[in-house]
Amino acid sequence: MWSSLPSFVAVYPETILVVVASFMVLADRWIKAKNFFTWLSLLTTGLTFAVVFWTQGATFGLSYAADKYALFFKMIFLLALFLSTLISPGFARVVGIHFGEYYGLMLFAVTGMMLMASAKDLILLYIGLELMSLSVYVLAGLIYAELRSLEGAMKYFLLGSFASAFLLLAITYIYGLTGTTYIELLAKRLLEYGLLENKALLFAVALFVVAFGFKVALVPFHMWAPDVYEGAPTPITAFMSVGPKAAGFAAMGRVFLIALSSVQTSWVDFLAPLVVLTCFVGAALAVVQTNIKRMLAYSSVTHAGYAILGVLAGTKEGMAATMMYLFIYAFMNIGAFGVVILLRRKEFIGENIEDYQGLSKTHPTVALLMLLFLFSLTGIPPTAGFIGKFFVFRAAFEAGHPYLVLAAVLASCIAAYPYLRVVMLMYMKPPTQEVSINLTPYLWASLAVSVAGVLVFGVWPDPLIDFARACCASFIP
Amino acid sequence: MEAALRFSQFPLLSAIIWLPVLGAIGLLVLPRNHRLIRWFALCVALVDFAISLPLFLWFDKGFKGFQFVERYAWIKSWNISYFLGVDGISVLFILLSALITILCILISWESVTEKVKEFHIALLLTSAAMMGVFCALDLFLFYLFWEAMLIPMYLIIGIWGGPNRLYATIKFFLYTLIGSVLMLVGIIFLYIKAGTFNILEIMKLGLPYHFQFWLFWAFFAAFAVKVPMWPVHTWLPDAHTEAPTAGSVILAGILIKMGAYGFLRFSLSFFPLAAKSMMVPMLVLSVIAIVYGGIICLAQTDLKRLIAYSSVSHMGFVTLGIFSLNGDAMEGAILQMINHGIVTGALFMCVGVVYDRTHTRAIKDYGGLATVMPIYAAFFLVFTLASVGLPGTNGFIGEFLILLGTFVSKKWAAVIAATGVIIGAGYMLWLYQRVFYQEVNPKVASLPDLKMREAIALIPMLLLVLLIGCYPTPFLGFMHESVRSLLEHVQGAAGSAAPITEFIKEGLHVVIPS
Repeated sequence: MWSSLPSFVAVYPETILVVVASFMVLADRWIKAKNFFTWLSLLTTGLTFAVVFWTQGATFGLSYAADKYALFFKMIFLLALFLSTLISPGFARVVGIHFGEYYGLMLFAVTGMMLMASAKDLILLYIGLELMSLSVYVLAGLIYAELRSLEGAMKYFLLGSFASAFLLLAITYIYGLTGTTYIELLAKRLLEYGLLENKALLFAVALFVVAFGFKVALVPFHMWAPDVYEGAPTPITAFMSVGPKAAGFAAMGRVFLIALSSVQTSWVDFLAPLVVLTCFVGAALAVVQTNIKRMLAYSSVTHAGYAILGVLAGTKEGMAATMMYLFIYAFMNIGAFGVVILLRRKEFIGENIEDYQGLSKTHPTVALLMLLFLFSLTGIPPTAGFIGKFFVFRAAFEAGHPYLVLAAVLASCIAAYPYLRVVMLMYMKPPTQEVSINLTPYLWASLAVSVAGVLVFGVWPDPLIDFARACCASFIP
Repeated sequence: MEAALRFSQFPLLSAIIWLPVLGAIGLLVLPRNHRLIRWFALCVALVDFAISLPLFLWFDKGFKGFQFVERYAWIKSWNISYFLGVDGISVLFILLSALITILCILISWESVTEKVKEFHIALLLTSAAMMGVFCALDLFLFYLFWEAMLIPMYLIIGIWGGPNRLYATIKFFLYTLIGSVLMLVGIIFLYIKAGTFNILEIMKLGLPYHFQFWLFWAFFAAFAVKVPMWPVHTWLPDAHTEAPTAGSVILAGILIKMGAYGFLRFSLSFFPLAAKSMMVPMLVLSVIAIVYGGIICLAQTDLKRLIAYSSVSHMGFVTLGIFSLNGDAMEGAILQMINHGIVTGALFMCVGVVYDRTHTRAIKDYGGLATVMPIYAAFFLVFTLASVGLPGTNGFIGEFLILLGTFVSKKWAAVIAATGVIIGAGYMLWLYQRVFYQEVNPKVASLPDLKMREAIALIPMLLLVLLIGCYPTPFLGFMHESVRSLLEHVQGAAGSAAPITEFIKEGLHVVIPS
């Protein structure tokens, strides 16, 4: 029976995720031991990971390809899902959102991301984006008893809808110009029809930049990020800062590097000022934050600025650099959020930066882990953050954007300050209050994986670089 | 510069670099018993020094090129190798680093009482990274060590430092980081041009002047901050003053030498044309540092701050020697780096000794110490005189060679720099007078003299001061071949320099297109 539908092979991983997610949502009523969902989610992640590798190379007509490019991104999504699932149970129990839908929605969101990474058709890409976004809107507003969670979700929903509308409009223009939504076909037709100088195409390019700018939070389309990051349940914030962001980059790669590769100069011209703005504004605003989640939100804005340098380079090397950056970012950022979650207890929020004061005295190991994550985010060797930065800077430099690189490295000096401030509070000031931590074995495992990733890829990035390059080798002709 | 390589059978340099790291990991699992931790760290440092001695004994002084070389492929995808080696320029710094690490542990024996474990971990990691910087022959590896050192150093100043340490530590970190990232951009450029991070390959690159000019300044940003050269020296007084004694000793002894070492190893050999044409600006900056640093010293009321500013002045001599592009001056500069590490390190240790007893650094709180602590006064006197550059101490040899060489290449620079020696004598002797002579200040009347542990930490420094002062040949002997080949490389670089106005125009074009 299955053998008669060979072309479905490409969507096996997504199918698994959807089936399990639906089961979780339905079965929640009858299953009282909610840790079951955590384990189910972890197992599904592992299984999907294996299937992703197994189905690699399969295609579904012209519209869907489980190619190596998508493979790498799916690896990032599943890593983010895995780590976020591990940091969830403790937190979710404290705030009372530990139920099946929570994990189910995360799986749905990952399904959407995977669709985005694999889509070779703009409509499918849009559907993936909507599936991802809608799931994440709900997740962000899950603590609906808290006003800031609701506010964040509302903002995210409204601005996200605008972004979706921009994306649809862009797709419409492209369809009107070329008569197709297939990414490869439309790239060909842009050349055949001689549309490169067309004003409508230019407009469509700008709309794409805006739409994706929203999704990966480039300045000035970052306004939603701090509020949503602050309001959402912290594990979801960690998940959001990596997963949907990576999915945005995956879609950007497909659209800018394949569909619009013939008008590269125009989207580079749109993106370049945004990159400079993003790096500097994100870094400068992070400096003045007093809530650690907001600080990490602005830091994630800055990191999007670095990561996009690789896309901007427009080369295989550049895309590989962006992919690797996002992969490494998953470890260090979810690790940092893991520490934020550690401090959360029923009666104690633990999100003020001052709450970290003197942490090295009361919890030396936790402080050391946070130190490593923060230095990795700063980009100091021998942590993986440095390797990631080096790769994107190099790729952008090689592709002929030395001034952007210069701006980015200078911004990274400003961006260092907020991280240093947390380190300073942890290590250089005496503790002012008794802070106890809420450590679950799951969280412990997540922190261990994160710190291992940060250190191992910091000194031995070779296999990762090779893999990222191999994944991009056949992507760009 | 055709650099030959002599591989070593035993990975000696790796052992020297990684032993402290292993020691730090060992400390991590040790119980929080202060005595045990201190002895363990001391043993690691002693062993590390012992295994670095073969460098001194078996170094072939007649060999032109790099010795004790180790080379393994590391990140193949980027053509990065784990490539270590030493030549006459770097070998002495490794020995000095190993020695200073021991002394730092000794000198903090009683002054560090909080977070003892973390302190020794940070100290050993700093030591490892410093030695890595001097051994690395791969630019990426070099940068890795260079930046990695920031983390433990940041913590040392910030956790165990003085009252104003938070300001000092952030300033230190950000200054260094800004300089470093500019160098990173330069490194990326070199890598794209050369396709490798191998320092020896990049030396042979022979870039056109146009590139050399910009790259020279990109690397200058990193090295000048570390040295520190005027006008980016302002982090140094704060960091030195607020750091714990061990931190000051490391800063003065090794860390700021890395900048000067960077000039020698990278700026001169990668960008010989730019170095030649930028000679005068560099000499001017050096001379300003010498004179300005000296004059500022006269106005200081804080012991550590005074010595910190004297570092600015002394390092001015080092950069003067380097950019005179003269054999004598360059050897003098390298020797002076070692000297300054010994003398200033020792002076900071001396200040630490009284600071532990009185917890004040203000000069006015002292007076008449020579009566109270005669042995201590004798030690301090020798180091003061060495800092002044009295013949018979190591300071004289270094400064004399530098002035001699500079006089050959640029007379005016030597003449102005020589006034710095006079100012130096002024502030150091005045300091000595205020602290050790005059009436005994009642606040310090009952201080005990040097303890055995403190004396043990100071004696090696004292011996080195006198040994280098009286018989510098064994030390200078290390450098002859390496310095000669470096100078040949610089002088032999062919190409024409463009006038600086063109670069200003070009720079303006970047800011204001068209």
